[in-house]
Amino acid sequence: MVKKHSDIAFSEAPVRVSEWRRFRRVFFERRLVTFGLVVLVLMLIAAIFAPLLAPYDPYELGPGERLLQPSSKHLLGTDLLGRDTLSRLIYGARTALMVGFISVFISGIIGIPLGVIAGYFGGITNMVIMRAMDALMCFPMLLLALVLAAVLREYAISGIWVVIIALSVAVIPGYARVTHGVTLSIKENDYILAQRAMGSSNMRVMFRHILPNAFPPLIVLMTMQLGALILAEAGLSFLGIGIDPPGAAWGAMVFDGYKYLASNPVLWLAPGIAIALVVFAFNTVGDGLRDALDPRLRGLL
Amino acid sequence: MTTYIIRRLLQALVVLILVTLIVFFVMRLLPGDPILIYVAQTAELERMPQEEIDELRAEFGLDKPIMVQYANWVAGIFRGDFGTSIFYREDVGTLMRDRFPPTIHIGLLALIVGAVFGVLAGMVAAVRRGKWLDKIVTPLTYVGLTIPVFLLGILLIYAFGVKLGWLPISGYTSPLDDFWLSTRQVIMPVFCLAVFGLAANARQMRSSMLEVTRQDYIRTAWSKGLRERVVVMRHMLKNSLIPVITLMGVSVSIILGGTFLVETVFAIPGVGRLMVSSIFGQDYVVVQAITLIFAVIILFVNLIVDISYAWLDPRIRYG
Repeated sequence: MVKKHSDIAFSEAPVRVSEWRRFRRVFFERRLVTFGLVVLVLMLIAAIFAPLLAPYDPYELGPGERLLQPSSKHLLGTDLLGRDTLSRLIYGARTALMVGFISVFISGIIGIPLGVIAGYFGGITNMVIMRAMDALMCFPMLLLALVLAAVLREYAISGIWVVIIALSVAVIPGYARVTHGVTLSIKENDYILAQRAMGSSNMRVMFRHILPNAFPPLIVLMTMQLGALILAEAGLSFLGIGIDPPGAAWGAMVFDGYKYLASNPVLWLAPGIAIALVVFAFNTVGDGLRDALDPRLRGLL
Repeated sequence: MTTYIIRRLLQALVVLILVTLIVFFVMRLLPGDPILIYVAQTAELERMPQEEIDELRAEFGLDKPIMVQYANWVAGIFRGDFGTSIFYREDVGTLMRDRFPPTIHIGLLALIVGAVFGVLAGMVAAVRRGKWLDKIVTPLTYVGLTIPVFLLGILLIYAFGVKLGWLPISGYTSPLDDFWLSTRQVIMPVFCLAVFGLAANARQMRSSMLEVTRQDYIRTAWSKGLRERVVVMRHMLKNSLIPVITLMGVSVSIILGGTFLVETVFAIPGVGRLMVSSIFGQDYVVVQAITLIFAVIILFVNLIVDISYAWLDPRIRYG
């Protein structure tokens, strides 16, 4: 028995390694994807170690140092209140990533089961869920987020959570649609038929067998949505909805810097480029993940 | 085809009802008395005597059951009655008629620019695959999909408005009043709104062209000895346009969502800016109206896109 067991393990091991190798080879094939990954890692480091990396306190006012141009003391200059732009940029990474990750998580928790249930049961369940998703899809993401943010604001919820909840609701249909489509194709497989023949409950089939097989497209979707969410968060904070002052958010920094369009371009350019870079990075990494995990998803995601 | 259209119309009707329900009940999620939606800020309401509030409540039909209120609201919209704006003290329908033209003008132009130039760019990139033109166009589509519209707007203003002084940096003039000034003013906003569609269409067009190129009928066209122009324009272009059409719905959604930002950056007195100022002014009747109109536009566009898609590609009808 013991010998046989080790035999299986022995013959299986190389397969697993080559799968990982294949993934790595395809993923790092394009330089753009590698670049995106580097950007994301740097941003993650900046967000986690913000207090250590930021040269100054991002909230500390410098009355004598207003609107300074970039110099060796303040690498990206200072804003109207004399706060160091680079430090605020680093703290802004925290806001962007926090909103992105929490929203992706919340909307996933709601949207993925909805999609699996709709696809698995079909019929009237499917109709109700998917038509509701169609209705939500009729609202542009920014519009839905704006309206929800306006409503939630009245409940005296802290600024950043208004944005997180509003954006989470806005991206639920994306999850439900993709999961729904994937579930439809997975449930036709023989192993699902076998599970049902064995008498597995619907819950077990859905969440132990269909869901794990639906993961590759969902991981790609999540990565790309992170980019879209950070872009939307920036848009909302540019319009003045989001983290309360003096907190640092890139969109709001662009809006504040816009007042010094010609005199201090670094004030709006630096946070603007940060947003564009991060969104770009999430999109390219999502693209790379898709090609490496399942090239058949091309055109679908 | 008729069966498909009827089925799709029924579906759209269900979604339309759901959309109105969402808009109505999201507004009712506002804490406190729903009279707030119609009257004014909380502070003003607190000063009002109870009888006056009750009177107002009766006037707006808020003393009736909620489903009756919903039915009345929908009936009002069918009559073109969106309510009265608190801030502008004006009928919302009239307000919409004033504010929609700039948004439609810029939005439609953006949609056309995005579709025409996006398809052209994608086509050129596919035909010259791997050549220098493709190597410029394809990375640019990545940038177009990811750049925040407000950053793009500010960059354009900085470059063409402030540094070069070629274009006016803000404002809007009706093309009927001063066509030349109007055109100069809308160039930058149109480009900002078009950029996503441009990039998305170009990418989709490039990949579907490359797909079509491999088909047998293209090989036949080449071997008949047709000229490149005829093969590309007559045989490839038509067939690769089909998947691009589905992007129209997404483009309209992105353009409408982008109006909030672009109209703020360029100070255009359109619906987008009205929406943002109404949200901050707690003018919920206006917010409600704009939300509904935008959603209905997108619903309608998606309906047309689906039907034309099925018309062009018979496989869809039986899906």
